[in-house]
Amino acid sequence: MSAVPAQTTLIATSPPGARLARRRARLIRERLIELVLFLAALVSVFTTVGIVYILVKESVAFFQHVPLVDFLTDTQWTPLFDDAHFGIMVLLSGTLTSSAVALCIAIPLGTIIAIYLAEFAPFRLREVAKPFLELLGGVPTIVYGYFALLFVTPLLQRIYPELPGFNLLSAGIVMGIMIIPYVSSISEDAMRAVPMSLREGSYAMGATRFQTAIKVVVPAAFSGIASAYILGISRAVGETMILAIAAGMQPNLTFNPLEPAATITAYIVQVALGDLPHGSIGYQTIFAAGLTLMLFTLVCNIGGHLLRKSFREAY
Amino acid sequence: MAAANPTQIRALIASHKRWDTIFALCGLLALMLGVLTFAALFLDMALDGGARLSWDFFTSYPSRRAGQAGILSAWVGSTLVMLTTAFFAVPLGVAAGVYLEEYAAKNWVTDIIEINITNLAGVPSIVYGLLALGLFVYQFGFGQSILSAGLTLALLILPVVIVATREAIRSIPQVIREGSYALGATQWQTVRYHILPYSSAGILTGVIIGMARAIGETAPIITIGALTFIAFLPPSPVQAEPPFLSFEWLFSPFTVMPIQMFNWTSRPEAAFLTNAAAAGFVLVFMTLAMNGLAIWLRYRLRRNLKW
Amino acid sequence: MVSEKPMPKAEAKKLDFFYGDFRALNGISMAVYERKVTALIGPSGCGKSTFLRCFNRMHDLYPGNRYQGEIVLQPDNANLLAGDVDPIEVRMRIGMVFQKPNPFPKSVFENVAYGLRVRGEGSRRRLEEKVEQALQDAALWEEVKDRLHQPAYNLSGGQQQRLCIARALATDPELLLFDEPTSALDPIATASIEELMHDLKQRVTILIVTHNMQQAARVSDFTAYMYLGHLIEFGVTDELFIKPKMKQTEDYITGRFG
Repeated sequence: MSAVPAQTTLIATSPPGARLARRRARLIRERLIELVLFLAALVSVFTTVGIVYILVKESVAFFQHVPLVDFLTDTQWTPLFDDAHFGIMVLLSGTLTSSAVALCIAIPLGTIIAIYLAEFAPFRLREVAKPFLELLGGVPTIVYGYFALLFVTPLLQRIYPELPGFNLLSAGIVMGIMIIPYVSSISEDAMRAVPMSLREGSYAMGATRFQTAIKVVVPAAFSGIASAYILGISRAVGETMILAIAAGMQPNLTFNPLEPAATITAYIVQVALGDLPHGSIGYQTIFAAGLTLMLFTLVCNIGGHLLRKSFREAY
Repeated sequence: MAAANPTQIRALIASHKRWDTIFALCGLLALMLGVLTFAALFLDMALDGGARLSWDFFTSYPSRRAGQAGILSAWVGSTLVMLTTAFFAVPLGVAAGVYLEEYAAKNWVTDIIEINITNLAGVPSIVYGLLALGLFVYQFGFGQSILSAGLTLALLILPVVIVATREAIRSIPQVIREGSYALGATQWQTVRYHILPYSSAGILTGVIIGMARAIGETAPIITIGALTFIAFLPPSPVQAEPPFLSFEWLFSPFTVMPIQMFNWTSRPEAAFLTNAAAAGFVLVFMTLAMNGLAIWLRYRLRRNLKW
Repeated sequence: MVSEKPMPKAEAKKLDFFYGDFRALNGISMAVYERKVTALIGPSGCGKSTFLRCFNRMHDLYPGNRYQGEIVLQPDNANLLAGDVDPIEVRMRIGMVFQKPNPFPKSVFENVAYGLRVRGEGSRRRLEEKVEQALQDAALWEEVKDRLHQPAYNLSGGQQQRLCIARALATDPELLLFDEPTSALDPIATASIEELMHDLKQRVTILIVTHNMQQAARVSDFTAYMYLGHLIEFGVTDELFIKPKMKQTEDYITGRFG
């Protein structure tokens, strides 16, 4: 990232006027190119601005019809009925329950895999496991959704026959497995960043590999691991297709994973699938729902980012 | 300061080592669970839908009769959307990455840009769909078209391309740049003749990973309003009469593979579920192939790069 | 001056060491005398750290390393490099202090108590006794007694290194290995650690690697000069520095190279 130093005058080999003109043309061209590149970099800022703008604009219109208090406290979500209710709690319960199921799988398994790969696994196994986990995380979520609906749910129904065809549990389980690679790769990076001298200090005291991993490496990598968890939470909350397919799209205020329910994301999909006139209250609800979602994931992402920064400063 | 009872110490060490073994087992089991899930998923798609894969399947439009339904409009739509996505994402992403690594000074503007990129990487894909719906479809008037979809997905994978570009550029040693400047090259000449060529493999890897992600994205495309029953193809980009190149297809209604699969999955008839599995198999195969290609490229890069 | 014949605590016998195919140590035979400070000196790359790390089998942590020969530990009269000897058991009897202070991300108390907990010590009262004793022996107690439960990272560099020494002392090691312990510290902290070593040797055998010849002359009773993986000369410190027997030693000591 070095800037080119200003040109110093050299011994003249051509008429000074022409040289000056050439230099000026070159400088202008360089500055123009830099401007174009800068604008490209600004696109990310524009995107964020665009997202905030559109979410807020439509939500403001929404909240002119629906008081914020009702939005936060109503226990029904029936925006398209004549007697419309707009209680976001209903959708939130679906989101939170499915995310909780997913995280119960992703966090323990992701952490165990991360510790295993960072501290125990032989080199060759690591080289194979890491790309494999990347592949696991790269499967399109719609395929995961199909898998949850038509493989996992029937499997669970063999154990618990009363399980409804749409339920939060299957979706949550599959979502959890999908999130494992996110949790494990960030946690593992955090653990690998712990300097070897700390491990040697522990081994020199007669500790075993497990003791060193749990008592020294994990605490040392703690903020990095915590940021992995937070980003996993954010991923779970934002997931759409697995839930739209396997948990059903029926809003249902429940914290029981054995029931079907709609999440914030699934609701948006359901509305988008239908025919909504631009500007109608139904149209605006998806932006209000989206704003809620956005705020939550924003808090998670910022928290995770701050943790990762603080972690990097420790070393 | 005599050594403590050796048998006692040995028993203690043995019990500690038992935990070593137990944990290693747990780690392997956890990994196995991932492998098993992946295998089950792949096999499920293959067994459910494999038989359906035929030339007809790839060349037929969706139909109310499951036996005759195919993914022609879906994969053509996916291809066109991918082209549009790449058209926007690659230049923007690479340009942004080059700017941040080679030109940007450490000031608050750069900080804001970098914070934004990190943040956008974590925004749920459906929010991108909402952005597209409000902004591209209605405000800008692009309608429910391939252009809107391509732009949305481009924004979605932009952080992936930018990060890949930055990492590829960062791995170029400073001495190479200095060598170029010492010969009197300008900054742009250095970027164009040195930085970009040397980082191209790393950038390509990132682009492939981004595209693999974009192919499988459903939520933002649904939100824009891609239709799920399309029995026609968008107008061809290449025409027989002048001006030989047409951009009509950009504004045409369309569908993509994940949405076709979603539509079939929502139908109760078993025959449509078979179609869904077949489409899913194609999707998984494609993303696997692309991710695999990217991983292989990265592996080759690491072996061949000798600075 | 040595008054009675010192007993060896550990003895290297024709020790070779290989990093893969590269032979880093050649037939080293040397005694480390009980309750004395023995210093290993020599230019960079001479193998002194490699030799030191054989004593607590640190090389076992990395693949591709191989020992040949023996290091016999007294009073067992057993070779601690033998294949059937558990490295963990060795490390429970031989302690190490590293070049850069490496306190764990825990409190001062927990750092010192770590080795004791690894050995199964659970009684709070006994832990507190031993931790206080170790910190006293490391001349750190007065400075940290009011912040035992604060993070160890808050201590200064010199304090952290003394903490690492206390950590190693808490488990009553028979032999204490120091790998260039003051090279990352300022002169005042260095002086305090050298003074510490002088007190410690009354109870513990010490083997120290140092690239600083003057330090070796200050703190050690015996000195070994190594060069390119070979032991060139071993002797009483005063004699070796004043009248070295080998020309190579003399060249190094007088600064003709290194």
